[in-house]
Amino acid sequence: MNLSQMQALMPLLILSLTAVALMIQASIKPDQAVAWVITAIGLVLTIWGANYARDYSQSVTILLDVDPWGLFFSSLMVVAALVTLILSRDSFANEGQRKEEYYLLLVLSLLGALVLIQSSHMVSLLLGMELMGVALYVMIAFPEKGELPVEAAIKYLVLSACASAILLYGFALLYAATGELSYAGLGAKAGAAYAQNPLLIMAGTGMVISGIGFKLSLVPFHMWTPDVYQGAPTPVTGFLATVSKGAVFVALTRMYLDGQLYQYPSLISALVVIAIASMLIGNLLALRQNNIKRLLAYSSIAHFGYLLVVLIALTGKGLASDAVTYYLTAYVVTSLAAFAVIARVSGEDATQCQISAYEGLFWRDKFQATCLTVALLSLAGIPLTAGFIGKFYVITVGLQSSLWALLAAVVVGSAIAIYYYLRIIFAMSKVPAETVEQSGYSGRVLALLLTLLVLALGSWPEPFINYATSL
Amino acid sequence: MLMINLILILLVGGLLAMLSERFGSQVPRRVALAVVLIDLAYLLVSLSGLPELTGLQATVPGDPQTWLMHYRAEWIPAFGISFEFALDGISLMMVLLTLVLGAVAVSSSWTDVTIKRGFFEANLLWTLAGVLGVFMALDLFLFFLFWEVMLIPMYFLIAIWGHEQRAYAAMKFFIFTQASGLLMLVSVLCLATIHQGNTGIWSFSYFDLLNTQMAAQTAYWLMLGFFVAFVVKLPGFPFHTWLPDAHTQAPTAGSVILAGVLLKTGAYGLIRFAVPLFPQASMEFAPIALWLGAAGVVYGAVLAFAQTDFKRLIAYSSVSHMGFVLLGVYAWNQLALQGAVMQMVAHGFSTAALFMIAGSLQERLHTRDMREMGGLWHNMPRMGAVAMFFIVASLGLPGLGNFVAEFLVLLGLFQVDRWLTVVAALGLITGAAYSLLLMQRSFQGEPDESRQLTDFGTREMLTMALMMVALIVLGLYPQPVLDMAQPVLEGLLQFSLTVTGGPL
Repeated sequence: MNLSQMQALMPLLILSLTAVALMIQASIKPDQAVAWVITAIGLVLTIWGANYARDYSQSVTILLDVDPWGLFFSSLMVVAALVTLILSRDSFANEGQRKEEYYLLLVLSLLGALVLIQSSHMVSLLLGMELMGVALYVMIAFPEKGELPVEAAIKYLVLSACASAILLYGFALLYAATGELSYAGLGAKAGAAYAQNPLLIMAGTGMVISGIGFKLSLVPFHMWTPDVYQGAPTPVTGFLATVSKGAVFVALTRMYLDGQLYQYPSLISALVVIAIASMLIGNLLALRQNNIKRLLAYSSIAHFGYLLVVLIALTGKGLASDAVTYYLTAYVVTSLAAFAVIARVSGEDATQCQISAYEGLFWRDKFQATCLTVALLSLAGIPLTAGFIGKFYVITVGLQSSLWALLAAVVVGSAIAIYYYLRIIFAMSKVPAETVEQSGYSGRVLALLLTLLVLALGSWPEPFINYATSL
Repeated sequence: MLMINLILILLVGGLLAMLSERFGSQVPRRVALAVVLIDLAYLLVSLSGLPELTGLQATVPGDPQTWLMHYRAEWIPAFGISFEFALDGISLMMVLLTLVLGAVAVSSSWTDVTIKRGFFEANLLWTLAGVLGVFMALDLFLFFLFWEVMLIPMYFLIAIWGHEQRAYAAMKFFIFTQASGLLMLVSVLCLATIHQGNTGIWSFSYFDLLNTQMAAQTAYWLMLGFFVAFVVKLPGFPFHTWLPDAHTQAPTAGSVILAGVLLKTGAYGLIRFAVPLFPQASMEFAPIALWLGAAGVVYGAVLAFAQTDFKRLIAYSSVSHMGFVLLGVYAWNQLALQGAVMQMVAHGFSTAALFMIAGSLQERLHTRDMREMGGLWHNMPRMGAVAMFFIVASLGLPGLGNFVAEFLVLLGLFQVDRWLTVVAALGLITGAAYSLLLMQRSFQGEPDESRQLTDFGTREMLTMALMMVALIVLGLYPQPVLDMAQPVLEGLLQFSLTVTGGPL
């Protein structure tokens, strides 16, 4: 390993150092405020590091592949972690518990996500996924009060462990068929191996998709999602929805492209079924939810269904890979905006997450209600928001590849989705008997910035489109 | 720039109206009225600089130079999306109608909105801005944007200030239009993708996409995507079910905008996009569309006859009247198209006025149920007379705008399909039946002396007089409107003739 390779790993190194610094600080003088500052500085430096590493893009050993595309997503995930960090301070602030560890876990989980994003080998994929996951179990269970977080954490832990085992078995089968564990090696031997041993490849890729599908909560591996979303503290839910799912999807995309998984027709058919099921079932189940976090859980299932449409159309650089970049970015930013408002409005009180708690929010707190409305409209894919350009990409990519069944599911799914997003907006617009204007500016800057970003991505997308194309 | 300014004035004006609430709850409505009137004045002043409006030269659909106005600026060059606006006779007419009815809508909600006045007027102005965008945008992406975005303020108008069942009605309205809009989005994107495949260039401009070569079957499917979106908005049978709910539950100003302007976006879309973009496919589809139109005329009339709710009756009568527009468009000849355009304008005025009367009744009686009305002429003679005027206008009394429109449509349709004309003409008879029933049940009959009702005041009478004059002018001297639409229709007919080689 030479110097330029170390420079390419800059974001990972900075993040690891942040983790070390946090551990040392905790052993010398545990102080939550200091830990928060160290984490914040570490994250900001990581963003700088990701930018710095762009000039040194290369493969670092066989395990990691540092490229501008991955580095962009690394920065995006760090930004999401920063948002989580800011939200976490407020939501834990009034509880007299020790939580230096929480920040350490956040950094470790993020480190796992960055490894996952840059992985070019099944070993690094698994390492990243486990690091990210194990830290997340604890983060979900972190609040000392209430049973829901513990329940959610155990559910996630048990199911996640099963998924990892299946994933590992899938890797083993692929290794048996091809003798390769790196994506590139897998891709090179894909055609020959399939001709020789189609069953083994089918079983292997099937298991890999099941394992990854669990993390992305695609139907039929979605059962855990609503409970975990509901049980986890709101900032952690936001982290799970954006960083964890986003990083796994980036890893999946890389594996799909480099491993040339698109060469396997049986896998494509399986993905088509999973995508259609996710779009329809995710949206249908969201209809009956009264808890806003559960509702967003089901909506995220549908959104990853839309993303799968793009993945299925993916065969290399081009419109489809831009679509992944754009859609994922739009989804992450929009979700963060939504969770930023929910963390503010609902706090950690479980009853406050009911849609009924949002009634009249427009008149109580115009600002938060407007931000949430923009976020919901973006999730629904209404023009002028980031979500619409995302949908624009999904449909265009689907059209270019003539994926008619999937397009039909996108249209039907989006039509269903409007109902439940509008339900929240309607609840917020209800005029209450008496209005108590709430003021206070805490946390508004964050929600405002994210909302503006959603609107900017949707109404002036040209700069970002060009940037995504250049990656 | 004029076209962008028109929209911007309304957008900024909406914001001002919302903020002005802090100076008193009576201020927003004045601001809103001023904004609409300024916008209208600005348009009229700028029009004097235009080339002769009633020139004989045809507007060529594919050549922006022959249009009255054309503006284009880059927006998302990566996909060839631009801020492209253009104005021809028909869009100009629709823009004028929108602004005039916008002022009427503000006036109609002068007293009946009690909560959150600022936000109400803002939503009203933003809806108008969206509608203007729909009528002027000639980039399909931009058009779709306005098409969708105008739903949001309209949704709020119904959901916040609507009547008893507003949640249901607002949701139904939004889902119907949005879901059908998605089909149009897929069609738009597919059209652009095909164009990109043919030429290698991304473009969403109407002028570029107009002559896109594609397989006949593809064109048919794409045409259906547009058709469904527009017919839902029109609304045409069998996609009309959202309309009675939305119209009935919306506040008065919302109903005025919905019936007067929003429905016309569907008709405009058919004339501007659905047929010219896919002339061949539309030609094959025309018989079905004509039957749907005739079915709408009769079905809407029959249902209107059975209503007891004042607003619901007018809503169903809209279904019937918009059936004539569908007939006029798909008959696709000069006479029928002129009739369709005339119907868009005349129906805008007559229905807006009727909804305003319905709103006034609701404000005074707190009911829309006609069984609880009767003899109102005695209590409110001025309102009675006004209602009589608009009811006979709506049933198609010769001498008023609606008659000219429906007569032209039937005349044009006769050249295409004789028997269908007979069916559609039935709508005129049933129209007379339900309209007169409306009059009898509410304003005639035994008066209730115990009622203390205030008659129309100066503000209401002024607004009504404006629309009466409009309908009388349209009925007695329709030539200016016909002249305005003439070059556009001429161009469209010639265009479709060269593409399909025969009449639609």
